[in-house]
Amino acid sequence: MSEAKPGIRMERADIAFEVNGAAVSVCVPPVRRLSSVLRDELRLTGTKIGCDAGDCGACTVLVDGEPVCACLMSAASAAGTAVTTVEGLANDRLSALQASFLDHGAAQCGICTPGLLIAATALLDRKPNPTEAETQDALGGVLCRCTGYRKIIAAVMDASRHADDLDFRLPQSGHAVGSSPIRLDGLPKVTGGEKFGGDSFPADALAVLVVRSPHHHARFAFGDLDAWAKTHPGIVGVFTAADIPGKNSFGVIAPFADQPALAGGFSRFRGEAVALVAGEREAILDLDLSDFPVRWTELPHVLQPCEAQASGAQLIHDNRPANLLTSGFVERGDPEAALAGAAFIVSGAVDTSYVEHAYVEPEAGYAYMDGDTLVVVACTQAPYMDRDDVAKVLGLAVDKVRIVPTATGGGFGSKLDVSLQPLIGLVAMKTGRPAALAYTRNESMISTTKRHPAEMKATIGADADGRVTGMVFAGDFNTGAYASWGPTVANRVPVHASGPYATPNYRAEGRAIHTNGPISGAFRGFGVPQATIMQETLYDELAEKLGLDRLDFRLKNCLRNGSETVTGQRLESGVGIAECLEALRPHWARALADADAFNAANDDRKRGVGVASCWYGCGNTSLPNPSTIKVGISASGDVVLHQGAVDIGQGSNTVIAQICADALGLPLEKFRLKSADTAITPDAGKTSASRQTFVTGKAAEKAGSALRETMLRFANVSGKAAIALDGTSLVIREGEATRHIDLSALKADADGFVFRAEESYDPPTLPLDAKGQGKPYAVYGYGAQIAELEVDLKLGTVKLIKITAAHDVGKAINPLLAEGQIEGGIAQGIGMALMEEYIPGRTENLHDYLIPTIGDVPPIETILIEVPDPEGPFGAKGLGEHVLIPTAPAILNAIRHAAGVLVTKIPATPTRIRAAIRDKEARR
Amino acid sequence: MIRYAKPTTVDEALALLGEGSWRILAGGTDFYPAQGAKPFRENILDINGLAVLSGIAETEDHWVIGARTTWTDFVRHPLPAAFDALKQAAREVGSVQIQNVASIAGNLCNASPAADGVPGLLVLDAEVELRSMAVARRLPLEKFILGNRRTELRLGEMVTAIRVPKNATTGTSAFVKLGARRYLVISIAMAAARLSIEDGIVGNAAVAVGSCSAVAKRLANVEAALRGVPVGHALATAIQSAPMDELSPIGDVRGSAEYRLDAAREIVARAVLGAAGHMPMEKVAAA
Repeated sequence: MSEAKPGIRMERADIAFEVNGAAVSVCVPPVRRLSSVLRDELRLTGTKIGCDAGDCGACTVLVDGEPVCACLMSAASAAGTAVTTVEGLANDRLSALQASFLDHGAAQCGICTPGLLIAATALLDRKPNPTEAETQDALGGVLCRCTGYRKIIAAVMDASRHADDLDFRLPQSGHAVGSSPIRLDGLPKVTGGEKFGGDSFPADALAVLVVRSPHHHARFAFGDLDAWAKTHPGIVGVFTAADIPGKNSFGVIAPFADQPALAGGFSRFRGEAVALVAGEREAILDLDLSDFPVRWTELPHVLQPCEAQASGAQLIHDNRPANLLTSGFVERGDPEAALAGAAFIVSGAVDTSYVEHAYVEPEAGYAYMDGDTLVVVACTQAPYMDRDDVAKVLGLAVDKVRIVPTATGGGFGSKLDVSLQPLIGLVAMKTGRPAALAYTRNESMISTTKRHPAEMKATIGADADGRVTGMVFAGDFNTGAYASWGPTVANRVPVHASGPYATPNYRAEGRAIHTNGPISGAFRGFGVPQATIMQETLYDELAEKLGLDRLDFRLKNCLRNGSETVTGQRLESGVGIAECLEALRPHWARALADADAFNAANDDRKRGVGVASCWYGCGNTSLPNPSTIKVGISASGDVVLHQGAVDIGQGSNTVIAQICADALGLPLEKFRLKSADTAITPDAGKTSASRQTFVTGKAAEKAGSALRETMLRFANVSGKAAIALDGTSLVIREGEATRHIDLSALKADADGFVFRAEESYDPPTLPLDAKGQGKPYAVYGYGAQIAELEVDLKLGTVKLIKITAAHDVGKAINPLLAEGQIEGGIAQGIGMALMEEYIPGRTENLHDYLIPTIGDVPPIETILIEVPDPEGPFGAKGLGEHVLIPTAPAILNAIRHAAGVLVTKIPATPTRIRAAIRDKEARR
Repeated sequence: MIRYAKPTTVDEALALLGEGSWRILAGGTDFYPAQGAKPFRENILDINGLAVLSGIAETEDHWVIGARTTWTDFVRHPLPAAFDALKQAAREVGSVQIQNVASIAGNLCNASPAADGVPGLLVLDAEVELRSMAVARRLPLEKFILGNRRTELRLGEMVTAIRVPKNATTGTSAFVKLGARRYLVISIAMAAARLSIEDGIVGNAAVAVGSCSAVAKRLANVEAALRGVPVGHALATAIQSAPMDELSPIGDVRGSAEYRLDAAREIVARAVLGAAGHMPMEKVAAA
């Protein structure tokens, strides 16, 4: 290649190489990243971009057979090579590895799957039957945030047995619930065909850059934006708060909505959006924002709740005195008297850190005008909430905004809030052209929500028999600059801080306090994982004081059928925590014996075992949260399910269909799914609060039953009749009689349905009174986990050995998917316990902010407990958030068991563990 | 005026370097993360056309590691046991994907205090070969890396090789990495040790620690304390009391300064025991 000619931009060059066996040639600047060339020039979007820094491995491709990060390779270096992407793994049929991934449920959201498949393909080419260690070594450079990696390891090690065709395990009619078919949306996740937020940008879309505040708190003013734009060829427009046509204030909880889509005049946190620059793609790629005309005046900021609460502290929102967003409160009995009279009392304090969701897919999407309707195609957890917030900010009627969810590459709570939707919507409205934006990793980390850091204190007392008599809890939650889900955290925590234990005298307060830190929002558990660390670590101390086995102590106190919760809700049936703890008993005994044996033989390393429980109310706290499901039979003989419960990897596409299939009495294989597009599918609520299996599942059960009823009535047969679809024929059998109804002869409605049903369900709850008494949830789920680990006393490092998890899911609609949720939640719990600490301005990437890799998640044994819930569909309860809650406290309790120290600032990093050990040694 | 050039001979590359300021693109694994989403505004000299700089050669007195040799190339090349520490380090540089393209020389030029390659090269008395149009010179590695992100590389110069003198490739070696997770992790601290052992007694010892000072350091007092010590737990005892004045760790998100000092002594002991064959080498990570 010859030297390029001088120019403002780098000269382009023709670069030829081979992709998936085909010769290609592109004309790009030679240092353009290979990932960009594959995706943007060749439209091979199976190669994902998660970080552009080699930190996540999502862009892994093979270059001449060796795995590399395509984001770190120049187009010039690809010249003359043979590149293999995920699209090249299947020929006429899936590769054995792809089939094994589906078989094992190794893909959840699917965003990391291409990178994993490629890295594993390189391994399997050399070693068809790799060991676990070889598999981990080969895949250590690819991050997955959903699965907990164990099913990935199994799928790779087992790949050589999948040379033959794949069994999709589609269940017989009436047997969908309780079976584990391969997820209905699985295939495109392993072929690279799945379209996530950044995978379907129109070729003519304007690219959008967001100008963001570099300061925690600052005033700002723009210079001459028009003049600046004119000096930059290809820039089509610059937009600021002044351009926003509607109410420049959004938020997931309407009464607290306070966040501007683009800040006006001053910004309250580092990373806040203040302006948009829209232009042609190549112009934006070459745009240097260092001369963008904005003048910043840095203002004093507060990052800690204690500073924000100090008298005289500057208010972050004028209408919120003392920077208190809101607080939640639950009180029952007389906690002071109970503690005063307790035989044993323990007190403690625990602080936790900001935790980043770190989904591998940064926010991405595009918007365009369809007539007078704004269409936003983006990743999300909550299409209808997006629609309402976008309409509000842009001054449109809600029916003039259409949200089309793409596949979502992980969410875990953060993609409930709008991020780029109003921004790209504004550009599309103002320019009349499609507008596309994919956040960089840095942008995603600095601007979207986090888990609330908590500063908690609690005291728990028990009588001489070991029964908990009282508890007092107070927690301050750093809610950051805007409200987001802060009110939910403040309210959920006091309801749950007792854990699933009978606590007759109780007071808990949760406060959400504004700072200039990152916005804290929803993250799997809404504050309950933090509160559970406080409660469960104190339970270990209390058991020790009482001289009771820690598991026995929990069994003695756990909720049972007929118990009353701290909100005075009487739980008549379906309480499964005792069953979970009982199921752990043999594992507990074995683990303690193993640890004792190891510790007798080792001095510098000690093993420990810890246990912790969870309970979690499914759905909104004392607030309506209905789901609606529409399902119909098409004239061509398909069951068309409008599945509005956004599947962010957890499996609702499959689970909701399974529930509907059995309620309807038709086989799953007849189901065709329509997405959660707000133009065609009714609102099934947000994918949040562990509500989809329960709430939308119940709506799907009702809709399936109603559709069945409609058809039976049409055929004039009783409820005992069996139905089937045979081509375009509906076959109805009752006793000896069989009737065929030709569906193609029936008149189809606007949806193409010849039979249809639409049903809603809203869980029955009661409001909480001033003392937090009431019935906040209709259904609770329960669980308990054991962590076994080894502490290196000299280095303060922790090696996890095994997690055993027993979760009461009521009814496992799809046991394989339930296991996947448990393993993935545990991995996030491991991260929270041991390594995850987001510090604004310091850990805004995936090499300073650490999440578990494939070598950090030990074997997990899952025990599914099924204590049916009278309310849930087929007895099912929610699971998605429960699974993360016990992990961190179980690990902290195990560290304490091993090393004799409780780490009270989370995460328990090697520095903190070692410091605690040194303190203990000094006290001797 | 942005130039891009991909020369195919070293002379051509040096001639270009002599013309002005260039940013060198080798494996790209530090180049692209540093660039982020910003547009390119510097002249870029892509050295990936210099085939002659790839691979490892043996001369009478030296092992010569070409500047474009990747960590994977290095791991796959048969070398004496003294290189084991560096091979263990090679497997801990980023991920397999990184190791497949990242060059050893790039690890030195990037001059991160946490560069995993440096301690293993320090215990091999490695020197860096630099060339420009005007001169070719060799610097001991200690003299090449000056500080955090600072090297002795001058305008017009590029690194062409890393040279390891054969008299420093005696004995056995081991490397210990301490990180907060198992893979793809920037080291909190790391240690490399190389020992020559005769009749169960340590002859020469070379010990280096990284991530505990702006540049990884050899530990002279530890090395002195180890000489003449019989293989066994006496090695750990000798390390226990040896001064480590060379280290001056900072506290950051990965660990406190106090923790680093404390941990450095422990991983030095483990690396030394590992090099002595006295301890099963186990990767140290918090998982």
